[in-house]
Amino acid sequence: MVQVVVWGSLRAATNGAATVEIEASNFKEVLAQLEHRYPGLKPQFERGVSLAIDGTIYRDAWFTPIKPDSEVVLMPLMVGG
Amino acid sequence: MALDNKRDFKIVGTRVPRPDGVDKVTGRAQFGADKTAPGMLIGQILRSPHAHARIISIDTSAAEALNGVKAVITSADFDKASSAGNQDALDNCMARGKALYDGHAVAAVAAISATVAKQALKLIKVDYEVLPHVTEVEDAIKTDAPIVQEGRQAADTPAGLSQNITHQMSFGHGDLDAGFAKADLVIERSFKTAATHQGYIEPHACLATMGPDGKADLWCCTQGQYFVRELCADFLGMETSQLRVTASEIGGGFGGKTTVFIEPVALALSRKAGKPVKITMTRDEVFKATGPTISSYSDVKIGMTKDGRITAAHALLRYQGGAFPCGTIEFGLMSAFAAYDLDAVQAEGFNVMTNRPRQAAYRAPGAPVAIYPVESVVDELCQQLDLDPLDVRLKNAARKGTKSSYGPTFDEIGLVATLEAAKAHPHYTAPLGPNQGRGLSCGFWFNFGGNTCVSLNLNADGTVGIIEGNPDIGGSRASISQMAAEELGIPYEHVRTIIADTSSLGYNDITDGSRVTFAVGLATIKAARDAIQKMCARVAKLWDIDEDAVIWEDGFAKPAGPNAGAFEPMSIAEIAAIANSTGGPIAGHHEVNANGAGVSFGVHLVDLEIDPETGFTTILRYTVFQDAGKAVNPDYVEGQMQGGAVQGIGWALNEEYIYGDDGLLQNPGFLDYRIPVASDLPPIEAVILEIPNPGHPYGVRGVGETPIVPPLAALSNGVSRAIGKRMFELPMSPPKILKTIKG
Amino acid sequence: MSNIHVTTTLNGDQVEYLCEPQETLLDVMRDRLDMTGAKEGCGSGDCGACSVTMNGRLVCSCLVLAAEAEGQEVETIEGMADGETLHPLQQKFLDHAALQCGICTPGFLVAAKALLAKNPDPTETEVRYWLAGNLCRCTGYDKIINAVMDAAAEMRGA
Repeated sequence: MVQVVVWGSLRAATNGAATVEIEASNFKEVLAQLEHRYPGLKPQFERGVSLAIDGTIYRDAWFTPIKPDSEVVLMPLMVGG
Repeated sequence: MALDNKRDFKIVGTRVPRPDGVDKVTGRAQFGADKTAPGMLIGQILRSPHAHARIISIDTSAAEALNGVKAVITSADFDKASSAGNQDALDNCMARGKALYDGHAVAAVAAISATVAKQALKLIKVDYEVLPHVTEVEDAIKTDAPIVQEGRQAADTPAGLSQNITHQMSFGHGDLDAGFAKADLVIERSFKTAATHQGYIEPHACLATMGPDGKADLWCCTQGQYFVRELCADFLGMETSQLRVTASEIGGGFGGKTTVFIEPVALALSRKAGKPVKITMTRDEVFKATGPTISSYSDVKIGMTKDGRITAAHALLRYQGGAFPCGTIEFGLMSAFAAYDLDAVQAEGFNVMTNRPRQAAYRAPGAPVAIYPVESVVDELCQQLDLDPLDVRLKNAARKGTKSSYGPTFDEIGLVATLEAAKAHPHYTAPLGPNQGRGLSCGFWFNFGGNTCVSLNLNADGTVGIIEGNPDIGGSRASISQMAAEELGIPYEHVRTIIADTSSLGYNDITDGSRVTFAVGLATIKAARDAIQKMCARVAKLWDIDEDAVIWEDGFAKPAGPNAGAFEPMSIAEIAAIANSTGGPIAGHHEVNANGAGVSFGVHLVDLEIDPETGFTTILRYTVFQDAGKAVNPDYVEGQMQGGAVQGIGWALNEEYIYGDDGLLQNPGFLDYRIPVASDLPPIEAVILEIPNPGHPYGVRGVGETPIVPPLAALSNGVSRAIGKRMFELPMSPPKILKTIKG
Repeated sequence: MSNIHVTTTLNGDQVEYLCEPQETLLDVMRDRLDMTGAKEGCGSGDCGACSVTMNGRLVCSCLVLAAEAEGQEVETIEGMADGETLHPLQQKFLDHAALQCGICTPGFLVAAKALLAKNPDPTETEVRYWLAGNLCRCTGYDKIINAVMDAAAEMRGA
């Protein structure tokens, strides 16, 4: 099981939970599981999301492995100027 | 990834001349507007004179009948875009149904000369139904405000808000009430910032050629030729393979050239006319219809103990990003408190649509106006509690292991080292005179890596060509050539880096997010390693030993040790000369979606003096401190730090989009929208720190965006201390400062 | 609308062109004479990217009508280097990394050359005020000022 931290305004979609526990071993599985379990996250997923895994921010990196004790934080899709 | 930056660099870290330098000092460099084609037509765009109006009808017949006019187009000449985001970009290029802001494009012509094109624009008859408009954040959020676009709220936006609010978000952790209860002093303030423009000196320009066979070529100034191709192909219903986009030299972008404005219009005109079409924006068009950043209206509340520990922090940020939904609020909310290690923190806010041009990214988008109110309140707390502002920041600074305000735990970050460098610098303790003040602020940006593809070709004489796909906006060809030369062990002059068109190299993300020196550099190093491996394999065959018995050192293949055999090292030139006989051409490639860019922090110090009679600000001294990980070319790292600081100074003191009650932009020109000039400024000292980024083989960290963040609060804090009263609004033009002084 | 015939001297060469009455010198150089070194940043004389000299006087070529160049001597960025030898200002701009995107560079070089012709030993403040008519958005001006000061010193010594 992996603990995933969701940011404040998304907690409406996770029944108020700041951290949710899901079965996933990589980036892609985290997103698939989250969307399956919490359909209310879909609008944000359509806008785009990144994942911070142990402090490093990943964008569209499906096969990045996630260990059970990894810190996983959902973030908006990173862009720049 | 292994950090191998413990090596002694020979070329990385030196101030080599840039490869495009001579072209740029002689006028030979070709920018967007410098290209022509045989039989070329001139395209011009008709723009809305109203802030908000329904387009009842457009009659183009008189324009089409004018001698010399070859094509007239409207939104009807484009396909439906494949996504909501793309449709917004298209509708911003050409209004569909409604004109959403002063200067919104409604039609375009192509004619044999600029004179004829201008006449033709006057002959297009647009029947408008003028609608009520809204341009300011505080008006647009009211539930009875004119609605800019119906039905654009995100599905997860709470009900009952103005329909102009597109999405609402919050980030943070901890118990705010408990945190504020522990504070000895809590300060809550409201702040406003004006919209600014990226202000690149080169207006958007492009040359489009589309033949009857559907094949098209587009030359344009852009930060990302691949993204231009994706959008234009979508809007014109083309396969991407049929559209080749070539990025010209780019005359500044700062985020403003990360989307399209005129490029699809030129392509559609060329398709209709059957001839090449060139469009060059005027400065007036650049101001009215491209770029601007968000404007904001924010409340920040911070609690602090008597000894300077922050106990809780809250921000409510309200951004307007023009007439379309805009995600910049997300980065503002995540950036606001990034510099601090906080137990209780929350940043919440929303984006609201207005009848202004669609916001485009501007250097660390969203962060400057989020960090400005936070750093202002921290400074006021320091003043009221009589604490040293640098000590307070050191006491509360985010560091390795800090749970950041936006969620993840920080790895190695350079903030504490940067603050300590500022504290140790003579600037911090230099004496100040009457009417003078010293301002300080931290800054932050995420940085990222992204999709990158690099090829490296070994030439027959042992020199090397690098093909990369990111427009060089501030000297990146130099730093990429340096990294290739370093890795291969050959002279810098033996490497030439070129920027590929979209048909010559795999996909690359836009030049943005401070990603190029990091990600393209990383891919270049890996491409060089790929080529080295191939060269070693060829030599191993020649020597008839195992591949892993050959090593690469300083531009030579050598036997790995005495057991490998006694062979004379072979130079890259010797290997290249016989490549065709040892297996054919030698090239290295690397493709990657680079992660591990590493966040970036900076600290700025400013001394300034206020004329109490006029409210005019003179900047006396300015010093930038920033962690570059490893400065590949220190000249251009300093250049980023100095240039970003000065853009921030403009944002703080002068720059402002001014709308009249009629919803029309009142200052679309450099005379009335005043960016800093040389005589406004002192020397800008840049102090580079090098705390290696573990995510890059040489420790490189992006540097381009962070420097624009601190100046807003640094200047505001300096002015507030100089006049003895706090400032809460940008820009701090002389009348506003005078008004505050007179109270 | 009838075109006007103009004879002028551009970087020492006599040239002739036809132009419309409202065309600027910048338009004609860029669109009719293939001299794209001068840039249009604003078209209103605010940015200095189109700087040239006419009879030695620094002007914004976007504010000069092409017809006004009749009989004048115009110098542009294209005439600044002597064959393969860069002008000291050009060399110092490279040495000091005084450019990032480079769009404003031709204008700065022409303007700085005009300054040094009038005042070979300017103070830093004089350089900053003289170049206040040239906008640069990338550099913060620091390295540009250093390059001009260094070029001035070298030219005085030469």
